Amino acid sequence: MQANHSSSRILLPVRPWFIFFSLIVALLLNLLPTAHWPGVPDWVALVLCFWSVREFRRVGMGWAFILGLLMDVADGSVLGQHCFAYVLLAYLTASLSRRILWFPLLQQALQVLPLLLLCQGVQLAMRVVVGGDFPGWSYFIGPLIATLLWIPATFILLLPQYRPLEQDPNRPI
Amino acid sequence: MAGIDHAPPPFFKQGPAPLALLTFYIAISVALFVVDLRMHSLNLVRQSISLLVDPVQRIAQTPGSLVDYAGSYLQGIRALEAENKELKHAKLTTAPDLQRLAQMEVENERLRKLLTVKEREKAQGQVAQILYTARDPFSRRVIIDKGQQSGIVAGQPAIDDAGVVGQVTRVFPFSAEITLITDKDQAVPVQVVRSGQRSVIFGLGNGQLELRYMPANADVQVGDVLVTSGLDSVYLSGFPVAKVINIERDSAYSFARIFCAPIAGVENFGELMVLNPRNPLPPAPPESRSRNGDNGNDKGLRSKRKRPAKND
Repeated sequence: MQANHSSSRILLPVRPWFIFFSLIVALLLNLLPTAHWPGVPDWVALVLCFWSVREFRRVGMGWAFILGLLMDVADGSVLGQHCFAYVLLAYLTASLSRRILWFPLLQQALQVLPLLLLCQGVQLAMRVVVGGDFPGWSYFIGPLIATLLWIPATFILLLPQYRPLEQDPNRPI
Repeated sequence: MAGIDHAPPPFFKQGPAPLALLTFYIAISVALFVVDLRMHSLNLVRQSISLLVDPVQRIAQTPGSLVDYAGSYLQGIRALEAENKELKHAKLTTAPDLQRLAQMEVENERLRKLLTVKEREKAQGQVAQILYTARDPFSRRVIIDKGQQSGIVAGQPAIDDAGVVGQVTRVFPFSAEITLITDKDQAVPVQVVRSGQRSVIFGLGNGQLELRYMPANADVQVGDVLVTSGLDSVYLSGFPVAKVINIERDSAYSFARIFCAPIAGVENFGELMVLNPRNPLPPAPPESRSRNGDNGNDKGLRSKRKRPAKND
């Protein structure tokens, strides 16, 4: 697989343990006591979005559901709230992944932005409908920051897959 | 051609169609959401998942608490001395009240016995440390470090050094969740200290509380202190809850809008005390027959009302 479909740089295959590790790290980042700072992104949504764009066969809705359940319990929110949002996110990113990967990174981020906003908006809708408290518009700063983080996240999460740059003239690729 | 198997080779198998999977997972999520919200019967699921999440959560809290610890360690000796002095002063000012408290409690008990009034319940409980604020931005809750292992049960009230903080709403094996009184629609039955009027105070979700169902001409002034009335089986009477900060009297509405600020350090971190559950109140007396017996056309309503009376 390439870094994006139009680049000629070919990557190593992804290691499943690294996907697992990155999702656990994202969960840990989400559980840091930063929840009440404005604009802290939902790390799990970002990493999940990333992997389901790149590896939708490995990271699908099942993973999204389990992570959602963990986040629901950790957050103390209503069970099913994050599950719904993450499953929807995983489905949409997987179905758009063939398109997203044709774009350069900045435009990829722009394509991901509405999905992350939707992920957040679905949760807001679910909670407000059942009488929750509207947390203010700063709730939507998180996805914007996450969009900006798409570029560094892509770099970091693809790091183990890059091949050495030196060229071997005898190697076919 | 009958013998040829038309099944695709195994490398084309990709499991169920994505849309089918999506429908399946969404259906489960919505079912979970409704069951958790309306029936509150998923506590066991939540507790078992929390056993998985809790260690991760504690690890994630360590950097923050280490920074706090370092901050307090590096705090100047002068600040500590000042605080110590202040505390000693506070102790001395409350000493006269405290020293007579025991004697007054005994006297109160004796007088109540003389009046054949039910004895006042004693407030006892256990001190717990607030671990962190729940991440959910739609509600106001904190997590404390005592849970089922320490005998905490859902419904126990929690207070701090100034007043009521909230109520335990979920209990996990090693932690418990306290819903703050400022959480949206969290209700506490209160009494105005000055006039003795009773009402119910509701959280607004923005850090304030609202005293509802008070008539527009009610005797409430800015600065009035509200204490728990004890008219439920949750809060003991007499704990300060809130102070009135703003009153809007509009004759277009039958109720005044009375905004209050919590007295306890509700949104602050620190220690709090989880009070033991109260003794259950005696059952409410059955409704009198004459009230629902005069009107002939509300038969369905009447029969519904009578049913619980039979069970008693």
